[in-house]
Amino acid sequence: MTDLTQLTLAEARDALRSKSISASELAKAHLAAMEQARSLNAYVLETPDQALAMAAQSDDKLARGEAGPLEGIPLGIKDLYATQGVRTTACSNILGDFTPPYESTVTSQLWRDGAVMLGKLNNDEFAMGSSNESSAFGPVVSPWAPPEWSQDKLDAALKGDKKGLLVPGGSSGGSSAAVAAHLCLGATATDTGGSIRQPAAFTGTVGIKPTYGRCSRWGIVAFASSLDQAGPIARTVRDTAIMLRSMAGHDAKDTTSVDRAVPDYEAAVGRSIKGMKIGIPKEYRVDGLSAEIDQLWLKGVQWLRDAGAEIVDVSLPHTKYALPAYYIVAPAEASSNLARYDGVRYGLRVPGKDIADMYEKTRAAGFGSEVRRRIMIGTYVLSAGYYDAYYVRAQKIRTLIRQDFENVYHAGVDAILTPATPSPAFGIGEMGASDPVEMYLNDIFTVTVNMAGLPGLALPAGLSAGGLPLGLQLIGRPFDEESLFSIAEVIEKSAGHFKPQQAWWS
Amino acid sequence: MSVDQATVRRIAHLARIAVTEDEVPHLQGELNAILDFVAQLDEVDVSGVEPMTSVTPMAMKKRVDEVTDGFYADRVTTNAPASDDHFFIVPKVVE
Repeated sequence: MTDLTQLTLAEARDALRSKSISASELAKAHLAAMEQARSLNAYVLETPDQALAMAAQSDDKLARGEAGPLEGIPLGIKDLYATQGVRTTACSNILGDFTPPYESTVTSQLWRDGAVMLGKLNNDEFAMGSSNESSAFGPVVSPWAPPEWSQDKLDAALKGDKKGLLVPGGSSGGSSAAVAAHLCLGATATDTGGSIRQPAAFTGTVGIKPTYGRCSRWGIVAFASSLDQAGPIARTVRDTAIMLRSMAGHDAKDTTSVDRAVPDYEAAVGRSIKGMKIGIPKEYRVDGLSAEIDQLWLKGVQWLRDAGAEIVDVSLPHTKYALPAYYIVAPAEASSNLARYDGVRYGLRVPGKDIADMYEKTRAAGFGSEVRRRIMIGTYVLSAGYYDAYYVRAQKIRTLIRQDFENVYHAGVDAILTPATPSPAFGIGEMGASDPVEMYLNDIFTVTVNMAGLPGLALPAGLSAGGLPLGLQLIGRPFDEESLFSIAEVIEKSAGHFKPQQAWWS
Repeated sequence: MSVDQATVRRIAHLARIAVTEDEVPHLQGELNAILDFVAQLDEVDVSGVEPMTSVTPMAMKKRVDEVTDGFYADRVTTNAPASDDHFFIVPKVVE
């Protein structure tokens, strides 16, 4: 039998429908691969019993001809999504063994459509990070091995402190690593400043952050509510389109969720892009952009031109202010959202001499250093006397950033092509130790999209000189995810697929 | 703008996060690095610009003010570190 974990989500779906494979054997193949890949630390909780029970149900439904759009498809779920009866921690010690008595809207829609849960995936604590190193469960190892490392060196690092092995990006590092290592057919992820697109770029996978309001945020642990969006990571453009259709949709429980029909995104995959206008923003050609990324970007331009798209230069003049403005808005919202972790209703409690002392000790012990830092920055920029100078100013700049995009789209541009990240993946323990801002710069190309609430898709387009994946990003008009899928498929067809070396981790 | 050590202690208290004296200088450095980074926003002319309040232009949804959910106190308190008879237990707050 061929290895079932090598199928794409679309291939598996078709094979299940034609009954050439069963949901149970598909789930078992993935559970076995997960067991072999524990050293990558992609899953923080495996749910084999649940997976097999769900798969058996799917097999019944498939037999009865009642299959849902995702019937029998095994998925990994980022640990930010509340899953009923299954521990949900946001990879923070402060949530401890929190076991939600409810299910997030997005995951409930996936189960409604027949998907099978394999387990919960690692992420940066409360989704704050770009390398998955801030997780309370420890870092995730990318299935892409560092260039020129011998198997002995890889084995030693896997067994040891993991230093120098590559990060899978973050915050959805468990999702990107699990997808790239074939430990699931697709994964849920979330994106506040780049947390779907940067890990996708680092691992040679495809990730889309849809328009703000497209997916319900209900039941997803909140980081920065005006920026957070759910989205999928998978191995092909088509697979992300299939997943997004099930994840998206209106939810009365989230007032920012938009009441708008969900298109059949898969139908957009393969659609011609002839005559589409693609913008190339000059502000993304930043100082220090590596030559190979610049080359990749030019290649992307050529592929789209060859497919009949019209390429135009555009300007997004406030681009450079997006990241600093983000580092006011996101921590401000986080400091407010994370006020709920007080040791009273759930999670960790450290006793104190009075209630304030209990709060302070609980929060000091439960939050990791990056989360503490962001809560403190957020508290400062919202405090009396500083609110106008920081928070209001940042929200005004956000208006300018959105206007930049509106002007470009108003001039007839259908989508914008940029690099996804300024560099390929770096090593565990190599970045941000002395200066937190160094790590923040990872999101320089992705964060504008969250600030403007737009859809953004990252996909692999080539390899670096060292053989590591490099990604491009497509930015779309609000609620025009379909164009992104059509354009992305052109790049995917031209660039091909990129797979990490054989399973060196097992 | 930059923060001094007294401000770091004040912010930590406002954020209800205990910090030890050893942590203060380190935190001060990190917070100031971030504040330095965001200081470039001062170059932008924002006069006459409305601050963003909603990223997607949409009217706030409203509903009738009525009870639509609840009546499951056991589920609400099930994850509490300390609870009794559907109450959360906390240290004494009123003398």
